[in-house]
Amino acid sequence: MSSVIVVGGGPGGYVAAIRAAQLGLQVTLVEREWLGGVCLNWGCIPTKALLRNAEVLNLFKHAKDWGVAIDGLKADYGVAFDRSRQVADKLVKGIQYLMKKNGIRVVQGRARVLGAGRVQVGAEVLQAAHIILAVGARPRLLPGIEPDGRRVVTSRAALLDNRSAPESILILGGGAIGCEFAYVYGSYGANVTLVEAREHLLPNEDPESSEVLEKSYRAYGYELLLSSRFEGHELTPHGVKAKISTPEGLRTIEAERMLVALGISPNTEELGLEAAGVATERGFITVDEQMRTNVPGIWAVGDCNGRSGLAHVASAQGVVAAEAIAGHRPPELRYADMPRCTYCHPQVASLGLTEAQARDAGYDVQVGRFPLAANGKALALGDATGQVKVVVDGQYGELLGVHLVGPDVTELLPEFGLARAAEATTAEIEHAVHAHPTLSEALHEAVLSAMGRAVHV
Amino acid sequence: MASNILMPKMGYDMEEGKLLRWLKQEGEPVNKGEPVAEIETDKVAIEIEAFASGVLAKILVGPGESAAVGAPIGVIGEPGEKVDTPSVQTAPPAPEPTAEPQGAPPPAMPKPSPSPAPPAVGSEQRIFASPLARRMASEQGIGLEQVQGSGPKGRIVKRDVETALEAASTRMGSMATSPEPLAMAPKVADASGRREPLSGMRRAIARRMSEAMAPIPHFYVTTAISMDAALALRTQINADLPKEDRISVNDLVVKACAVALRKHPSLNARWEEDAIFYPSEVAISVAVAIPDGLIAPDIHSADIKSLGAIGREIRDKATRAKSGQLSPDEYGRGTFTVSNLGMFGVEAFTAIVTPPQSAALAVGAVQPEAVVKEGALAVGQVMRVTVSADHRITDGAGSAQFAAEIKRLLENPLQLLI
Repeated sequence: MSSVIVVGGGPGGYVAAIRAAQLGLQVTLVEREWLGGVCLNWGCIPTKALLRNAEVLNLFKHAKDWGVAIDGLKADYGVAFDRSRQVADKLVKGIQYLMKKNGIRVVQGRARVLGAGRVQVGAEVLQAAHIILAVGARPRLLPGIEPDGRRVVTSRAALLDNRSAPESILILGGGAIGCEFAYVYGSYGANVTLVEAREHLLPNEDPESSEVLEKSYRAYGYELLLSSRFEGHELTPHGVKAKISTPEGLRTIEAERMLVALGISPNTEELGLEAAGVATERGFITVDEQMRTNVPGIWAVGDCNGRSGLAHVASAQGVVAAEAIAGHRPPELRYADMPRCTYCHPQVASLGLTEAQARDAGYDVQVGRFPLAANGKALALGDATGQVKVVVDGQYGELLGVHLVGPDVTELLPEFGLARAAEATTAEIEHAVHAHPTLSEALHEAVLSAMGRAVHV
Repeated sequence: MASNILMPKMGYDMEEGKLLRWLKQEGEPVNKGEPVAEIETDKVAIEIEAFASGVLAKILVGPGESAAVGAPIGVIGEPGEKVDTPSVQTAPPAPEPTAEPQGAPPPAMPKPSPSPAPPAVGSEQRIFASPLARRMASEQGIGLEQVQGSGPKGRIVKRDVETALEAASTRMGSMATSPEPLAMAPKVADASGRREPLSGMRRAIARRMSEAMAPIPHFYVTTAISMDAALALRTQINADLPKEDRISVNDLVVKACAVALRKHPSLNARWEEDAIFYPSEVAISVAVAIPDGLIAPDIHSADIKSLGAIGREIRDKATRAKSGQLSPDEYGRGTFTVSNLGMFGVEAFTAIVTPPQSAALAVGAVQPEAVVKEGALAVGQVMRVTVSADHRITDGAGSAQFAAEIKRLLENPLQLLI
């Protein structure tokens, strides 16, 4: 008998399994499809590979600007797609190795929770003191939208099946997934229409970041239908014809392919949760700060508990659950401090509070900004679109939030993440000398700007 | 042999004291009885004297930091002596702050050496705290050694300082419902302004006032007193007196209250939950406004002191209160409070009863008013006073009679001279 059964092998589940094993627990992990879950197989990782291809392609497209002459440039999306699969496969193999290394038994199959401590997989009934549900989520669909894997797709089909880029793409949803696919397909020549119900792309980001991204996307020729609603669609021989109500009126958009990227639905059906008495809300499993469900011995981490839809948060939750099961007292996760990254071009990254959230929370808000156009490294890269914006508390110098747009700015987040975790203030960032020339200088300058004393603007 | 300098208990409700400044540096010789530091209690600034001769070997509580009563704030040792730093948090409170020096004092005063005595090497205890926690604690005026860390490996983080500040504000007796703990320093988003950490005085006032207002069912009785006779008497008395001996209207009021309280002991009483205590003495606390708050020095046995003695005592204590020189046994023990805002032209107001007292008198200005005298309209000097009383101890009629007695005495002021 195991100490812990983990249901689901994505970044929530496999990390929970490893952490539990490290703490000396006997762990069995049940996975119905592939280890690594959405993230590795048809999520974070393959999109990053595709985005890299898109970036490289764009460099070639602008070769002339760099003094490189290329005649007859041809881009093959299929090669990009294959590369993305190779990257994913490599990582999945890595997870298999990690399971073995940590002595975790992996059971392939669909799990059904029979009650506290009992999980059925096929004919086998597994027993353990604790069950960690890490069953993840899938793209949310609207009524009337049925993906056919060709004309109407979700990110799953786009990353697993569609080995060609469409000539035109209608993307429903201006969140991270929608924005990333817009850039991938747009770079490979697709005519892009992006529909977002709210006022801005990446509506959860600070509006200033969204505006920079929108400006870039419009410059790429993408059509952005903001504050717009999808009213329905019909399939045509060549794709789809969709009705979108925009502030300017009803529009009909024809496209070869329609990508639905409207958020996620938890994979909590057919799991036996109701019979086991596990409480859910709109399908998401209700948990406390330590990932406990209402049923003693049953825990839930990752997308399926609805706290966040981010892989790294799922992993962090997995660690919390494993440590709590092992009798430790893991610190509570601070969700506002979870890094948020979108890897389109320019990249958008943030952590902590937006300016509006900080004001609502009653802080004495001071904002600092630094445009990448004034950053030497960004100019040298030939990629100076973007800015760093920091939100700090004037009273104590607490670093409340950072909002970045620009090349590779996702890699700048950890400085702020560490600063938040260590409760550094503006003074510590101020006194840390930042290397020249680097993009990180922009973050330093933004903090100085919040203190009213930026040097280079 | 090293011995600790402890935070003394300077008043019955003193829980902690704030170190204002050290008068000696580490390593500097001190003589027994010589002031070594200045502390601020709830109400006064006071010098602490060395109880032994030696050198100030170690300063444990720095300027601006607070320490609990009985906690060591510094160490006196022999020159060159190695001193172990006592843990400030775990130091047992001294049974009596005025107790004999701990340990035998050094046999003789150390001879001043040409070179300053080397600073004693204390095992400096590093406090792990986040930069944000340090900044918050320093700006809110709380010592990190008072804060329990909850971060990784006991590190003090923001949350801990907030918790400590909340605890401090609870301890300060915010019985009044304060929607926001002091710690969270209600930050008004768009307000530009000045934010001043609470002084010990302000905290004490805040605590005492809210402690008083919530549990004591107050009621108020106001009466108008014709002051013509009292003013005439005062003029007469003062005519031949040097300026510093002249009596004021307030002196008359204090005396009148004291005399009236003798007749109405329920306003000189104390609520003790299962009993009512009637002190044998009448001691009037006279509220004095001082730069950052107020303090009410006691005039003991005011009912039997002469007007002149009362006047001199009030002036002396008020003057010293304003310069922070009042000693802790000179306030906080009254049985009744007189608060006079007449000098500000206030016509009438109500005072908050200060526990453990059961009543207070709020005195307005003496002002000319149209009055009816012997059936005709005339100008009279009128003063309004309001009795605030604890309804658990006394009822409306009792307070009304007390107010009437004050009125009778002040309208027939010769009785105050008996």
